[in-house]
Amino acid sequence: MNKSRRNFLVQLGSAALFGAGTAAGIHSLTATSAFGATPTGSPGIPKGTRWGMFVDMARCEAGCSDCITACHTKHNVPDFGNPKDEIKWIWKDSYAKVFPTGSQQFLAQQLADKPVLSLCNHCANPPCVKVCPTQATFKRADGIVEMDFHRCIGCRFCMAACPYGSRSFNWRNPREFLKQVDAEYPTREIGVVEKCNFCSERIGTGRQPACVETCKTQALVFGNLYDKNSEIREKLRTRVTFQRKPELGTEPSVFYAFEAGHV
Amino acid sequence: MHDTLKVIVGLALFFALVTLPFWLGAVRSAPAPAPDLTAKDTQCVEPVAYMRANHMKLLDQWRNSVVRDGDRVYVNSAGKSFQKSLTKTCLNCHAQKEKFCDQCHQSVAVEPYCFSCHLAPGQSLVLTSGSRLTVADFSTPMDGRQ
Repeated sequence: MNKSRRNFLVQLGSAALFGAGTAAGIHSLTATSAFGATPTGSPGIPKGTRWGMFVDMARCEAGCSDCITACHTKHNVPDFGNPKDEIKWIWKDSYAKVFPTGSQQFLAQQLADKPVLSLCNHCANPPCVKVCPTQATFKRADGIVEMDFHRCIGCRFCMAACPYGSRSFNWRNPREFLKQVDAEYPTREIGVVEKCNFCSERIGTGRQPACVETCKTQALVFGNLYDKNSEIREKLRTRVTFQRKPELGTEPSVFYAFEAGHV
Repeated sequence: MHDTLKVIVGLALFFALVTLPFWLGAVRSAPAPAPDLTAKDTQCVEPVAYMRANHMKLLDQWRNSVVRDGDRVYVNSAGKSFQKSLTKTCLNCHAQKEKFCDQCHQSVAVEPYCFSCHLAPGQSLVLTSGSRLTVADFSTPMDGRQ
């Protein structure tokens, strides 16, 4: 085939246009994706904030469940009376269950004996958000992995995706299994997944999460991980802390300390 | 082929039977909904005509902006601010949902599922144990309401 200069230039130009158009199309797709890496701020949710929690297991008392009671009362968490169907926002479990990929051999007595506090990690890279088909679970600009119960269709993909077992499913009507009811927060419906929301309804009005407010030994510290001068950052600077399953790359916002602090 | 009369009578009977509900309805119409309009505040967040036509759209916008954007304050067309809350703002005036929401919803046979999760003060929940839980009034003031 004989290629003239004119034809060559025309083909080159259209190929460049096509390439540029495709690149722009792909870029706009990723920019508006549900998993966009840069969540934008909104009137009620400040940018430059990543809420996190510091759990001081040296201060947490073994027999105490004040934070669990406070959280589950405030959020109308039902008690189905059956461990299989249990709804958990914050709970205690053995070190082996909470840190299954941590070192387990010849475990220190204090770790083997004491149940560890467990809650949603509000990961910086949350797998539950990626799998949710309706965007019922989404990451807010302030790092809270929030659930929009209105949109949850009960597919439980998020429960399969969460590496921490932080999500529970309402197999029955939760309203029929409440011990008491708090009008400040709605209940859920049958067929809806639920989990800890870092008390987004409370921090939105300037209060601390219910568990933090209730803890009488100040074992829980809540704050902005992106603020160098925050109390939580001070704890993370001065204490040896651990995230759960860090090898997964989910980057949890909940940090644990086991040794007593010297500060 | 001499069944013309039978066919006509049959058709007339069939037509009468099929349209029976309409004839019955023409005689006795369903009672008109009578929502309780005695509210604490004389002015709703938006004019009544707008609310009557668009309250569902407004509530949908409210829930999305509160849950997804954390934006809890609604500024109405007159520049007045309200907390975006079905239970704390709407129900604060329209105190009894049975006398307000349910009246029209039942009449037009729509079943919004707001209250399968949201709690109305005074509402009674039936537990599996057979006992009942009554929803208390809200303890905190209407903080966003000005």
